[in-house]
Parts: sequence; structure tokens; C-alpha cells
Amino acid sequence: MRLEPRVETPWTIWVAAPLAAVAVSLVLAALLVLWSGAAPFSVFGLVIKGAVGSQFALFETLTRATPLIFTGLAAAVAFRARLWNIGAEAQLYGGAVMAALLGTGLLPLPAPILVPILLIAGAIAGALLLLGPTLMKTRFGVDEVVTTLLLNFIILLFVSFLLEGPLKDPMGMGWPQSKKVIDAAHLPKLIQGKRLHLGFLIACAMACVVWFINTKTIHGYEMKAVGFNARAARFAGMKVDRVMVKVALLSGGLAALAGVSEVIGLKGNLTLDLSPGFGYAGIVVAMLAMLHPLGVVAASIFVAAMFVGADAMSRQAGVPNYIAHVMVATALLTMVVAMLFTRFKLKWR
Amino acid sequence: MEAIEIIFTASLWAAAIRIASPLIFATLGELICERAGVLNLGIEGIMTVGAFAGWFTVYLGGDLWTGIVVAALAGAMFGLLHALLVVPLGLSQHVTGIGITLLATSLTSYVYRVSLPEVTSPPKIEPFQPLPIPGLSDIPFIGEALFNQTPLTYLAFLAVALVAYVLYRTPLGLAVRMVGENPAAVEAQGIDVTLLRIGAVMAGSALMALGGAFLTMSAFNSFYFDMVNGRGWIAIALVVFGSWRPGKALLGAILFAAFDAYQLRLQQIVAGVPYQFFLMLPYILSILALITMARRAGYPRALMIPYRKGER
Repeated sequence: MRLEPRVETPWTIWVAAPLAAVAVSLVLAALLVLWSGAAPFSVFGLVIKGAVGSQFALFETLTRATPLIFTGLAAAVAFRARLWNIGAEAQLYGGAVMAALLGTGLLPLPAPILVPILLIAGAIAGALLLLGPTLMKTRFGVDEVVTTLLLNFIILLFVSFLLEGPLKDPMGMGWPQSKKVIDAAHLPKLIQGKRLHLGFLIACAMACVVWFINTKTIHGYEMKAVGFNARAARFAGMKVDRVMVKVALLSGGLAALAGVSEVIGLKGNLTLDLSPGFGYAGIVVAMLAMLHPLGVVAASIFVAAMFVGADAMSRQAGVPNYIAHVMVATALLTMVVAMLFTRFKLKWR
Repeated sequence: MEAIEIIFTASLWAAAIRIASPLIFATLGELICERAGVLNLGIEGIMTVGAFAGWFTVYLGGDLWTGIVVAALAGAMFGLLHALLVVPLGLSQHVTGIGITLLATSLTSYVYRVSLPEVTSPPKIEPFQPLPIPGLSDIPFIGEALFNQTPLTYLAFLAVALVAYVLYRTPLGLAVRMVGENPAAVEAQGIDVTLLRIGAVMAGSALMALGGAFLTMSAFNSFYFDMVNGRGWIAIALVVFGSWRPGKALLGAILFAAFDAYQLRLQQIVAGVPYQFFLMLPYILSILALITMARRAGYPRALMIPYRKGER
């Protein structure tokens, strides 16, 4: 048995492979649900109903998808150039800290000026957070996987320090949380009375921007070339290190926007549980989207639907909502296998 | 002054050895995988699985050592999954590893919640007790630091010796080291590269799981979510720091743990510095260690490169 590269991939494979991936993870999840003593079909029904079954559910799903689009784009941009940024969680908090620092009254500006400043300042913070590990990679040859992972822990501790010290809300009854951002810093809601906010549209716009950079600019071409074969790119006269830095700034900035948008769009302040792993989920989103920026939007909505649906299901059926995390993780693994079979075929011999 | 005196207390070093134990298991496990040419980023998740599986076995009435065996087997199974995806299929070791970590952690949380739906505080078990080694434990200083630990700590040290022996003194070890450097040469010897790598990743993953089990069965006595808390990632840094050698990795783990134990004690003496900065130090230290070592690191040449028969 061996793998043989396909010369041409028939369209049936392109359709069948992702469907098979989803089917396998659904079957695995069904077995787990069965084991917990619940009926899989009614549980899946509740998940779908909880995710898209009502106007409220649908808006909730899109709200949850917003940070995932940002972190998913961050991972997609980085992975395309083979920069293994596993630190989106840290960069997210970097952006959130900037929003809490500048948005809670330090800059008394009107909304049309303040909001862009917060977004840009946050993005810069995130970009710098990834710049460090990237320079360590290009200068000293330090593997960025480990450094970005370790930075997640360092930054979370730093945020904990800020929330118990300089940024602590004096009116917060002792809870480690920042003050609420001022009214002018808030992202407007898209629909009156719903939680869905402008961040969602900004995220979609960023997906288009990344798509434009990838396909229509020399930068995107270089990033792809470096990811495909860094040595060949170097021989072709590209400055690989400089391309890596560009990728890092873009990726880190995108991840940080997730933090800014959560603070000024949804939560209103900075807390230690701002992100329940959005940074890591972004990796899954990027892989499910096959690193395509517009696919990231779709994949984020899919993953967010799983989480929101599972939360609702868990309240009714009593199956732990961790099932959603299991399904998302298996979807990642089955998807990368499925993608392999679009490039290779199995030969029995 | 007090800050320096601490370094010469036996209790600091006893704590260091205790803190080092799970790191020793995990670092050894990752080292075996990487020596065979496979990066295993599933480590964080596999440690979580080990922590849960061992503890849960004992909670259900199993023997402590049965728990250890179950933990190792559970780890090996996730190792098998990782290996099947990255060795024969040649998938990205980064993405697959992260996927394994996400799967293993979420599956553990799910199984925990389904098995123990009603509990509010995590149930406790009777963990491994310190086992003073007769004679040796009476040696001043060294006895208290080294020979008054739980059996799992002794097992960690034995594992280092065993892994070093197998890697450097047996044909199997030679094959494992060679498959991480030049798989084609291994193939030429008539050894199955795929099987060898799968076996190495399974063995390594079993050791990682023991590192996790140490947390629930020796260091503490119950299971918490997120209790591995980045130890897996630190182990990966320690492998680089130890230049892929078991002895140096052991030294690295102990130094790291001594530093960790030291900062815990320093927190009580140095007033005015927020505790978060002390807690950051181990992670920062790991990054610094990587920077200093990365230049001269002798990566296994075939690390992260999938091997396909007959392909150049």
C-alpha cells in the first residue's frame, strides 16, 4: 500500500473528501453521545436547532464566529507561508489589552476617531507580539512553534497582573477585570437590541483584504512562494526573512483584532476569560478552510455554530458541551486526511 | 541574603526533583519521538490523557500501578493515532500534533464530565506516598533531596538510564537514531522505516502520559482541567536544550525545576513584585534556553520530513 501523487484531481474527489471528513467526525461524535446515554439524532437535532434554529441562535452564532474569523485568518496567513504561529491566543490578548488601556478614558475622542485608533493600536500590539518569535526564528533559528506557545502563557500571566494591578476596575468588587470602555469606544451593534456588532463586518472585510493580498499583490505571491519552498524563493531573489516579517506583522495584527473586537464590540471590558481558546480554534478554522481567506469566514461560522449549538444542547439534553470541542478537533484531523487524498491516491500493491 | 541561603537547603532540591519528575518523563518521550524524526506536538494533550487515565483507574478502584499501566497505554494509543497520520500518510506534523492535543484534551474533558456528572469538587484518590530508600535516604542533604521521593520519581530516573542505554547501546537504539537522521539508510538495512517510527512515537507517547499521570497520582491527588498547564510545551523546549540527549535533557529538567522551586520560595521573600512575574519566569527561561541553544542545536536531520519509499 502506498500513496501516489495525482496528476489530476477529479471534481468528485474535491466534493467527496470533505464530505467524508465531516461524516467520519459525525459518526465518532455519535458514538460518544451514545456512550453518554443520550440519543445521537435528537442531540444533533438540538445542536442544529441551538445554532441556526432561530433568529436569536443565528445572531449568536455569527457573534461567536467574529473572533474566530480574525484568528482563523491569522493562522491561514501564517501557515500559508509556513510560519507556525500557534500564539494567536497571546496576540488576541495583546489587542484586548490595548483596547482596555486606551479605550477606558485615556483618549477622550469621538467614536469615528477613537474606534479606528483602538483597532490599529491593538493590531500593532499583536503584530509586535509575533514579531519577537519571528525574529528569533530568522536570526537565531529558534523554532517558532514553541516560542509562540510559551508566549501564550506569559501573556496570560501578564494580563492577570494588569487586571489585578494597573488596569483593575476599582468598582469591580475585587474581580480581576478592567473598567468598561467609554461609550465612544464601542463598536455599534448591527441590529438594535442584538449582540451582533460591527466587528463581524470588519472581520469579513479583513477576509477580503487578505484574499486581495494573497491573489493580487506581489506580497501575497512572495508569501506563498516562501511557504512552498523557502530555498527556491531565496534563489529566485526573494528576501525570505523580510517576507517572514511581513507575514508575522499581518498574522499577529489579525489575531489581535479578535481581542479588540471582543472588548469594544461584545464584552465592554477586559477579563481573564475573554477568550475560551479562540486562538487555538483559529488553527482549526484555517485548516478547515484549506487556508483560503474567504473559506475562513465559512469555516468560522461552522465552528461557531458547533459551539453555540452544543451549549444550547447541553442545557437541554445534559450531554457535556465538550462534545463540540471533540467534534471540531476530529473535524480538523479528518479534514487534513481528506485533503491528502485530493493530492494523492492510494495504490494497493 | 536569605535568597541565596535557600539554594543550599535540601528542601529546595527535594522540591526540584519532585517538580522535575513529570518533565523528565515528558522530555524523554518527546526526545524518543524526535530522535526517530517525528515532532510530537500532541504532547500537551497526551499528558492530559495520562493524567486523567491513571487517576480515573485508581478512582474506579484500581491499583496505583494498574493506573500507571493504563495511563501509559492510553498515551500510546494517542501516539499511535499521531504516528499513523504523520508517518505512513506523511501529514504535516505541526497541524496533526496540534490536532491531537485538541482532541486529547477535549476528549478527556468530555469523558470526565460524562463519567462524573454530579461532582462539584474533583474527587480525591490515595496517591503514591514517598518511599525512603533504606540507607541512602539517611545521607544528609542528598538523602532528603533525592532518596525520599515517591516511586514514580525513581521510575523517571530509571527511565532516563533505560532510554539512554537503549538509544546508545542496542541495535534498536541505533536504528531509532538512524531513522531520524537518514531513513533511506535504515531502509537499506532491511528495517521497516514506517514500523520503526510508529513504534518510537508510541513508546514516547506512553512516557509523556506517565508524565501526566505523575501530576494526578503523585504530585496531587485529583484531576483538574488544564492541570498540565504548558508542561508539554516546556518539555519540547527542554529537548532542544538537552540537544536530543537523555542525560542532558535530565540535567535541563532538573535545572529548570530547581529554578521553578526557587521562584516559588522567592515569592515569599521578595515583597512588592506581583506573583505573576515569578510565574512567568519558567516560561521566559525556556525561551532564553532555546535562544542560547538553537544555534548549536544538532537537530535530527530527518526531523519533520516524511519518508516515502523510493522518493528522493
